[in-house]
Amino acid sequence: MEKLLIKNGIVVDPATDTQVKRDIYIENGLIKEIAYESIGKNGIDINVIDANNLYVLPGLVDMHVHLREPGFEYKETIKTGMEAAIAGGFTSICCMPNSNPVNDCKEVNSFIINKAKSFDLCNLFTIGAISRGNKGLNLANIGDLKHSGAVGVSDDGRPVEDSSLMARALLYAKTFDMPVISHSEDIKLRGKGLMNEGIISHKLGVNGIPSASEEIAIFRDIKLAEYYGASLHIAHVSTKGSVELIKMAKNKGINITFETCPHYFSITEESLLSYNTNAKMNPPLRTMEDVNAIKNALKEGLFDVIASDHAPHSEDEKNTTLDEAPFGIIGLETSLALTLKLYHEKYLSMLDIAKLMSFNPARILKLQNRGGIRNGNIADITIVDPGKKWTYKKENIKSLSKNSPFINKIFKGAALYVIIKGKIFNL
Amino acid sequence: MSYVKKDLISINDLSKSDILYFVETAKEFKKISLQDIKKVPTMRGKTILNLFFEPSTRTKTSFEIAQKRLSADTINLSISQSSVAKGESLSDTILNLQAMKPDAFIIRHYESGAPFFISNITNASVINAGDGINEHPTQCLLDIMTIFEHKKEIKSLKIAIIGDIFHSRVARSDIAGLSKLGAEIYLYGPQTLMPRFINSDNIKIAGSMETAVKEADVIIMLRVQKERTSFYFIPSIEEYRNYFKLTSEILKLASKDVLILHPGPVNRDVEISGSIINSGKTVILDQVENGIAIRMACLYILLGGRHS
Repeated sequence: MEKLLIKNGIVVDPATDTQVKRDIYIENGLIKEIAYESIGKNGIDINVIDANNLYVLPGLVDMHVHLREPGFEYKETIKTGMEAAIAGGFTSICCMPNSNPVNDCKEVNSFIINKAKSFDLCNLFTIGAISRGNKGLNLANIGDLKHSGAVGVSDDGRPVEDSSLMARALLYAKTFDMPVISHSEDIKLRGKGLMNEGIISHKLGVNGIPSASEEIAIFRDIKLAEYYGASLHIAHVSTKGSVELIKMAKNKGINITFETCPHYFSITEESLLSYNTNAKMNPPLRTMEDVNAIKNALKEGLFDVIASDHAPHSEDEKNTTLDEAPFGIIGLETSLALTLKLYHEKYLSMLDIAKLMSFNPARILKLQNRGGIRNGNIADITIVDPGKKWTYKKENIKSLSKNSPFINKIFKGAALYVIIKGKIFNL
Repeated sequence: MSYVKKDLISINDLSKSDILYFVETAKEFKKISLQDIKKVPTMRGKTILNLFFEPSTRTKTSFEIAQKRLSADTINLSISQSSVAKGESLSDTILNLQAMKPDAFIIRHYESGAPFFISNITNASVINAGDGINEHPTQCLLDIMTIFEHKKEIKSLKIAIIGDIFHSRVARSDIAGLSKLGAEIYLYGPQTLMPRFINSDNIKIAGSMETAVKEADVIIMLRVQKERTSFYFIPSIEEYRNYFKLTSEILKLASKDVLILHPGPVNRDVEISGSIINSGKTVILDQVENGIAIRMACLYILLGGRHS
């Protein structure tokens, strides 16, 4: 697709904080021209998308995704993960390093990047490991990871328990201008917990995960970022108490960003009432009070990012007891629709969504020429119809795994087109 | 010129003119090492105890040669075979040795502040030959002497110090000494190995190796120790080699007549390309040579001016 004209769309650009009707002309994968009403371009070689009544957003970036290749290709491959991303409206995804082997060196990093490039699907950026093997015992070769293309480091899936390792990771990564993403959790306090500790865990007779296990760790990480003046991103925030900590950190002007996931503002621990393993994730689904706190925090602009924490597991792995089933749910194909619910409920504007799901992730990970709609930017665009009704059916899931608590849910709002480096994907 | 203090513990105890006095004196003593008969009777009858609580080749040999060339009586205490190994406290060890009436202790210790502690409990002179991560004042003086052999002035020279600044007693002394002489100092290394609290306008932490080296008049490379890979300071020696080594390529950014120093021992192709050393672009061996002169000068100034 060499030339493309997107006509009549409402262009939502968080870079300039504007939302106006514009035409966008794309050539050779770049945004060439943005103009009020019909750009005088026509010809049989130009593709045209009529985006009348549709919202044209900078390509959505999901900065927190688990692909399972290498190592667990039965759960998800790089290819199926990218297909799921496009189906969900994303132009870019960032994959966490907890594959097998762990992405803690340039060999694994290059393998993932090269494999992704061979498919001509969405953009894939890699997050390398903080510690070798994600074991929390010594630093990974963060310089090598940076130089072989990783855009950040994280031990996601596990916390960096040792505060001194975390401190030095922040400093060492800072040397390479590499953002650090923290899975903040006091893992000893979680213990054998498998869902939120509360009335429901008591009712089900299972071990709970105290909200404090998240909050203690977030507080530590805020303090480390503040003390060492390093930039830090906190992944998957789920509790009301954490929101209070975010408020404190933001008020103090600490260089730290926060992410939440759609499930934390959509459903509660009650989803586990039938021992539903497809509602088991870490951090766990919390209470209605927590859900409301997250929604209000999004409204107040306290969060920087919404990411899916897409965590595929096979049906066999989830088809067991709550205890035995692994943590995690898929999210690439429901993330936008769940977020659009907050648009309909007036918690978020379309501009807010463009910030949370494109501009901020691109800024945090320093993805050049992405995250905004302006001349010269890479033509990554997501065209959204907030009114489209659809049902999330298991047979339509592009992800190799089907572990979602949202199957058969009716959604309002979806991406109709995804344009990646000028290439159109008609959804 | 005179210097009235009993000890040399920290560069911070020296004024700018003290530093120049030590260096000027050392210039005179350097001549002795170039003679056929490398000995003068200056320190005859003086007893000097070398107490090295930590392994050392260069510094220990340098002090010993300096003492012998000054005709002092030198005793080396091997700590592993001493009563310290039997559990005697540091202060008891020193008090017992003090009773034998030495004129000076040369102290190398793995703990910061040990020479200072010793200097307070003995009448003898104490010279700090390196304490923990704190200071190595004679190394600083010999570095300054070496720089002065090639540069007229240190004032407003751009001096890059690169490597493990945080754990380096050489860096701490050099920064203090070179600052007193008015140098502009740029520090670079992994942020895990940088000092975090600097309150001096002439000291800057460079954002990259290139920034530190660009137009530098002097580059002081520091040794990175393998044990820094534990305790999370650096991921691996390979990583250090790939991103923090001084290469011929980066060196091109420096001033044309840049001086490259290294306190030794060098890890070739870890912190500095072996080829830079092989091509004679460093003054590492001049530093070693000047080390003897500086240590002779220190002994002369500290012991010569006093009557025991």
